[in-house]
Amino acid sequence: MVFKLLLGIWMSAVIVVAFLYAPAAEGFAQPDAARIIFFHVPNAIVAAIAFIVAAVYAVMHLHSRSLMDDAKSAASAELGLVFTALATITGSIFAHIQWNSWWNWDPRETAIIILLLVYLAYFALRTAVDAPDKRASLSAVYAILALPAMVFLMFIMPRVMFSLHPQDTLISEGKLDITYRLVLYPAILGFIGLYVWLFRIRTALAEIKLKMRRN
Amino acid sequence: MKAKTSSEPGIIEMLARSIAVLRKDLVCEFRTRYAINAIVLFAVTTLIAVSFSVGGAGISQPIQATLLWIIIYFSALSGLSRAFVKEEESRTATALKLAASPGAVFGGKLLFNILLLFMLEVVIVPLFVGMMSLQVKGWLLFVMVLVTGSIGLAVAATIVAAIVSKANAKGALFAVLSFPLLLPVLITGIHGTQAAISSSVFMSGIDDLKLLVSYTGVMFVVSLLVFRFIWED
Repeated sequence: MVFKLLLGIWMSAVIVVAFLYAPAAEGFAQPDAARIIFFHVPNAIVAAIAFIVAAVYAVMHLHSRSLMDDAKSAASAELGLVFTALATITGSIFAHIQWNSWWNWDPRETAIIILLLVYLAYFALRTAVDAPDKRASLSAVYAILALPAMVFLMFIMPRVMFSLHPQDTLISEGKLDITYRLVLYPAILGFIGLYVWLFRIRTALAEIKLKMRRN
Repeated sequence: MKAKTSSEPGIIEMLARSIAVLRKDLVCEFRTRYAINAIVLFAVTTLIAVSFSVGGAGISQPIQATLLWIIIYFSALSGLSRAFVKEEESRTATALKLAASPGAVFGGKLLFNILLLFMLEVVIVPLFVGMMSLQVKGWLLFVMVLVTGSIGLAVAATIVAAIVSKANAKGALFAVLSFPLLLPVLITGIHGTQAAISSSVFMSGIDDLKLLVSYTGVMFVVSLLVFRFIWED
């Protein structure tokens, strides 16, 4: 309860600061649009964290065979999917404002669409198997296999192929401007908190469902 | 074939056991020739359909590289799930479990799928080069991208086939599950082939080759580690 309250205040502060404290970035077609970095980047980072957590719980499930670990893995993958979708949407909005095109199959855009497909396939697999034990172990294996694909798509492919994605525009001499970092890091922290909060709700719900099935 | 021993077998021993599983699969395959017929005929049919619809149009080289990979890719999807689905359908999976260790089974099935893809490419690539009048400038890069790319396709397809053979809906699920895991291979494969077609410099596609080799390597190691959890259920 306290966590939820603090998180609410923190996130509101991040939003206010993002619009009032951080200056508009020069060198952009629409300088104000650069503020989307405070929402777009944390979404992508949290999505990566969520997929890593999903794979970690998948490994734990294969070790312990506990259905609770499987439920946690699924919950984290689900949240990862939501945050990836949000990163895709915010990125697309930015591309529209910046380059006047919603979608252009830039390597970043290609990669994130494939990433969405990977985890949609994960949920397709979950719905295809009826027996809970079997569903748990098969989807755990798929969640582990999805991790190298995620790393490749999010971290390697956009760096090897030519991409329009702003990496140098805001970064002078390898560093982001100090005022931007002062807002971005708290924003990332806030989004991680948001993920933790949602994850705890999902796992509590899964625990109740498991108990009800047992009775 | 020997039963599973308690100690971890060495790499040579492992390879020998994998080849034993591969030989068993090849014998089974050449009794019916189901997989090889299906996969090669599928590829030839697709090639003819593509070729007569764009043949005279003189399409650009990058699009030709894309078409070649799409043909290989969909042919792979049509045939590679057989390796494990066959064992479940003929109810021989239990006997195979007793006869060989999980690592050997995965290795054997993987080698079988790689061989199947190579056989497919031996037929389809010369046909494609001829029918589409493809001019390749860097043959070494072209062949290396094809070889590493097909090994990458085979690795991801084999482990997904193992998952799918244990699930209920086998047909559509294989395409859905393997599609996103195969796409990194497909994208870099297309990129590398385009480089090989348009330039005779080998280094022009070295990044794509590196990506293919590393993605395939990581996928292979992860698959080998998790395979026994699917297989021994």
